[in-house]
Amino acid sequence: MVGMERAGPEVTTAREAGLVACRRCAKVWPMGTSTCQRCGERLQSRDTMSLQKVWAWWVAGVLAYIPANLYPMLQTRTLFRRQEDTIIGGAIELFLHGSPFIAFVILFASVAIPVGKFLAIAFLAISVGRADSFGAGARNRLYEVVEFIGRWSMIDVFVVAILASLVQLNVIVSIAPGPASLTFALSVIFTMLSAQAFDSRLIWDKVDPR
Amino acid sequence: MPVRVDERVLAVGGGSVDTRRPAMESPLVDSDDIPNLMACPQCDALYRAKAPPPGERAVCARCHTVLAAPRKRAGTAIVALAVAVVILVGAAAFLPFLSISVIGLGNAVSIFDAVIVFTGGELALLAIAMAVLVLIIPVVRALLVIYVLVPLVLDRPPAKYAARAFRWSERLRPWSMAEIFAIGCAVALVKLTDLANVEFGPAFWMFAGVVVVIVLQDRFMCRWSVWNALDRK
Repeated sequence: MVGMERAGPEVTTAREAGLVACRRCAKVWPMGTSTCQRCGERLQSRDTMSLQKVWAWWVAGVLAYIPANLYPMLQTRTLFRRQEDTIIGGAIELFLHGSPFIAFVILFASVAIPVGKFLAIAFLAISVGRADSFGAGARNRLYEVVEFIGRWSMIDVFVVAILASLVQLNVIVSIAPGPASLTFALSVIFTMLSAQAFDSRLIWDKVDPR
Repeated sequence: MPVRVDERVLAVGGGSVDTRRPAMESPLVDSDDIPNLMACPQCDALYRAKAPPPGERAVCARCHTVLAAPRKRAGTAIVALAVAVVILVGAAAFLPFLSISVIGLGNAVSIFDAVIVFTGGELALLAIAMAVLVLIIPVVRALLVIYVLVPLVLDRPPAKYAARAFRWSERLRPWSMAEIFAIGCAVALVKLTDLANVEFGPAFWMFAGVVVVIVLQDRFMCRWSVWNALDRK
């Protein structure tokens, strides 16, 4: 009855038992209940709009990420010059001026994580409707990583805000946030919303077709 | 860690499932049994809810999400930590987190100053976002947790709207970014060392404390136990 190649142990889902589960507090209710009587969360056995919401926020996130890389993140004015740094330009500058570690942190948080997140969410959203090429367990793990790591991209926005508010020394040197700081922040927020809109239960439905 | 979720419902002819009696709402499960069940929020696997012994964790057999991890006297610890968050973040808002000095000129700012500096400028949104993510949301979450848990710790019935309050606290969790700000301060300091003398201000150390407190709070917090306690009305 049970195929040996099936990923993970045999479980019954709330949906199969004719129940709808609250994703917030884990309580189950008879199918058709619209809000959780315990915590008030809206109940849906599967969020049928999930993928549409995911893609909508995803597109918004990618669109905001483009100007975030083209426009300067920081504008530094010193007595003699005025310098504008994009994310990648700033990291190269740091690398050349002897802080390769910080350059790496910035590149990781502002380039590797956002791009990785875009790819990971797209992969999850596409693979949800397809045959199981990559185990559900692994995809679930990927989703958890995306959810956990997404917020950390905000670090660069905070660094810009910190620098700009701190370095205001009249004529000697002052730093102002560039337009990219805002679009980057928006990109991070949109991507977080995209990940949150994903209904992870959809990952498992294809594993256990009954 | 041992898996402590008991009796997977319908695990090949499982005991609790009554297929003979078609209930109106749910054909497979006895409707009286529904309050005893729970589902993994991550993958929808159905379980018979039963508390694991304190200190142990119940993990979803399929996706390994932690379903319950009760600890003894966790409530008191969490309330204490939430109070610490309110005090630390509240004070840190007005104290400088970094100070800078270059040939006699110096500056030290708090987050509150930062918000004031940016308002009016084009990037006011950025400052407001920072204040909301770093100050307001962590404090609101801590206050909600205190509101929910204090009656439970004192063995009183749950406060009015406690379940709603706890749901909001959980919903805000990913948007609480105090710890990210603390790391941001450290990065900013390194970035500026070439340019000027920079030193951590008191607010930085408070945020460093907040990072530790939030990590501890997360370890103590068993959401399943809280929801269960809120159920007893």
